[in-house]
Amino acid sequence: MKTLKKYVLLIVIMLVFLVLIITTPDAAVRSSLVMWDYFKEMALILPPVFILMGLMEVWIPKNQIQKWMGNKSGIKGMAIALALGTLPTGPLYVAFPMTSTLIRKGASYTNMVIFLGSWAALKIPQLMVEIKFLGLPFTITRFVLTLTALILIGLLIELILKKYPDKQWLDKEVIEKAVKS
Amino acid sequence: MTTLITIYSLLGIGLVASLIKSKEKTVKAFKIAWKAFLKSAPSLIAMLTIVGLTLGILTPQTITRLVGVEAGFTATILASIIGAITLIPSLIAFPLAGSLLRSGATITTISAFVTTLVMVGVVTAPLEIKELGKRFTLLRNGLGFIAALIIAAIMGVILT
Repeated sequence: MKTLKKYVLLIVIMLVFLVLIITTPDAAVRSSLVMWDYFKEMALILPPVFILMGLMEVWIPKNQIQKWMGNKSGIKGMAIALALGTLPTGPLYVAFPMTSTLIRKGASYTNMVIFLGSWAALKIPQLMVEIKFLGLPFTITRFVLTLTALILIGLLIELILKKYPDKQWLDKEVIEKAVKS
Repeated sequence: MTTLITIYSLLGIGLVASLIKSKEKTVKAFKIAWKAFLKSAPSLIAMLTIVGLTLGILTPQTITRLVGVEAGFTATILASIIGAITLIPSLIAFPLAGSLLRSGATITTISAFVTTLVMVGVVTAPLEIKELGKRFTLLRNGLGFIAALIIAAIMGVILT
């Protein structure tokens, strides 16, 4: 059952692709081109990112991250999360493994929601494009509202996960840690 | 390009510093990196193919047709669903949003599209679940979607 579940997504994707080839070959070709582009991008970006994560895991002590971005880091922690997120550091899929490392090192859920959110929604190069095509008032208004929303969502998720922890995920992390050491 | 330069310079500095301090720890870092890569590989492949499919089917023209023919509330909801599902690079998404705005879409609709696009990631969800757990992913994306709709409504009031 577990192995079946693992492949369900892949089978569904293959089926959709097959239907696409038969019904609209144009869309199938476009899809393949997009996949190839993304594949090239990921092949360039992911190796250094994973190695950097490995270095972080080995060198940065847990109490350091906890002090910077942990539960008691307050406004300073939020500011660090926001600053790290807005830097031009690449596509969102890079951020998930990084966030996982940071949480294991003691970063709070609130700060990680702000980190991921600003990575996806408030990245500096992206804001430049937004200003160019949608104007400064639009961009500023969206920036302020989004940041406010991220802080509120972060605090809410922290509250919820403190009360109802994701046991399944936590257990898995503990096992992996035990295997590693 | 800037991204690649940033990441590779960080890697260069990190690696040199790490090698000077301890060779063993550097090797250990590589081992951890390899394990983490193997762990994420299936979700990365899934994400890659889903992004390809959604972008192949939902071209800028298709989105314009879908959002353009509807007006008001329906258009906004449609735009927010398209935004939530797809992962469109900003260099394509913002020009598209700009042209939709000029061709008559409301500020609320455009905000809903842009905000859900960047705050909610259905195609990246498999990877997010793998790395951060199901509960965190569902909460973050679900609350993000609601927030995006509220933001769109507020922006509609402020900017029009």
